[in-house]
Amino acid sequence: MRETLILLFGQTIQMFLVLLIAPGIAGITRRVKARFMRRQGAPIIQPYRDLIKLVRKESVVAQNASWLFRSAPYAILAFTWVAAALVPTFASGLMFNWAADALALVALLGAARALLALAGMDVGTSFGGIGSSREMMIATLAEPAMLLVLLTMALTAGTTRLPEVAEFLISAPITVRVSLALALVALIIVALAENARIPVDNPATHLELTMVHEAMVLEYSGRHLAMIEMAAQLKLVLYISLIVCLFLPFGMAPANAGPAAWPVGMAVYLVKLVLGAALLGAWEVSIAKMRVFRVGEFLGGAFVFAFLAILLAFVTREVLN
Amino acid sequence: MNHAYDVSHLLAGLMIVASFALLYQDRIFAVLNIFAAQAILLSMAVGWEAWTQQRPHLFITAALALGLKGIIIPVALHKMIVRLGVHRDIDQVVGVGKTLLIGLALTSLSLMLVLKVTATAESFTREGLALALAIILLGFLMMITRRNAITQIVGFMSLENGLILAATGARGMPLVVEVSVAFSVLIALFVFAVFVFRIRERFDSVDIEALEDVRGDTK
Repeated sequence: MRETLILLFGQTIQMFLVLLIAPGIAGITRRVKARFMRRQGAPIIQPYRDLIKLVRKESVVAQNASWLFRSAPYAILAFTWVAAALVPTFASGLMFNWAADALALVALLGAARALLALAGMDVGTSFGGIGSSREMMIATLAEPAMLLVLLTMALTAGTTRLPEVAEFLISAPITVRVSLALALVALIIVALAENARIPVDNPATHLELTMVHEAMVLEYSGRHLAMIEMAAQLKLVLYISLIVCLFLPFGMAPANAGPAAWPVGMAVYLVKLVLGAALLGAWEVSIAKMRVFRVGEFLGGAFVFAFLAILLAFVTREVLN
Repeated sequence: MNHAYDVSHLLAGLMIVASFALLYQDRIFAVLNIFAAQAILLSMAVGWEAWTQQRPHLFITAALALGLKGIIIPVALHKMIVRLGVHRDIDQVVGVGKTLLIGLALTSLSLMLVLKVTATAESFTREGLALALAIILLGFLMMITRRNAITQIVGFMSLENGLILAATGARGMPLVVEVSVAFSVLIALFVFAVFVFRIRERFDSVDIEALEDVRGDTK
């Protein structure tokens, strides 16, 4: 009984931890970008202030908006939050580990994306429609690659449950695995596309020709916009955590270690997260945005890498057994 | 899980990635650089095999691969391109996306086939043969999809990289055969070069589409 309570407590900590640090991570990325451009940049806590400001403001809704438009932000935040709370962060073996399945994760994110695309089209403005259509194009290319990456990991570790994959990689002897390297490249490309980052989309622009994510949420304001911004920031934390959990799980508290190992695991996790956010900022200033019609080739590259990864993992498994 | 297997798997896997990069890349100098990288990976793979399997004559094969295909042939092709004045982009028959999908299908096919057929052989041979067949088929695909004579030569050479990899995986390929194959590839380069210059002289381009007009069977 006591054990169960402790595990539940750990899971609760993780849930609120990801929610609490998400705006900060976005702030770090923006700050790093600004510094590389030799600007002062907003303080790291600026995203928190923005969110508070948006929550306080009145939210303006278009006259012909349906119930979907008003309820979508809450549902999107909920789906993303659940997904982010399931990815193992500082410890594995928490309360809801059995639910932290890679395929469930993709499904949750897919549901959030479908709602966002529907909400983008709801009011009937042309920008929302074009944003939704582009988002769906990117999603149809990114999702197969993402699934292939997760299946490669599952083939290597023998399970699709993320905490168990992480534990397997920590305990396995260190070897050179070309399939894992290819899967990492593919997952990074998918993460850039899914988080509307350069070179696929620019999170800092409102230029009509190029925007994807911003075009869909153009009609939102006030607390609805705050929900959607929060969901986007959570998604970024989710993807960085996923990459860290699958490819750099070292330092994570193992399942049988108990709460005593959690502070160390948390410190290591936060360091990895901040490093990831800083690297993202450095990457974004060093590359130009792609034309929308070239995104297909970029994400096709991710698909090819992921497919090769799974083929090579398959060869290794066949040959060695 | 042994060290020897991991490294040879890594090198062969990177050769496949280089094959896909050759299919994807449409700038002519970049194609040459990737080809040189693939040949260097090949020589490393062969050298590693020689080291771990105690087969010293394979070192000669590795040195041949490095010297001929890693250095001499790319440099020669580079000079040829400069003399022909074709630094522009390569045009392809099918789009990049379709080519890559066909490439993935061919890779899966060769892996499925070889792993099924060689179920009783030892692991090094199976792995080497499976990946080598994939590289050979990707080389064929590159020759089919490219219209530029020079990148077709690169496709042929990368196909030959796969042959050497297959020969290394299988035991008992005599050194004489390998040396003669290596030199016949060099001779092939000269023949290709003469051909390319003749094509250019005749049609003012190295796009082999121009040859279609003189076939005489369609019109």
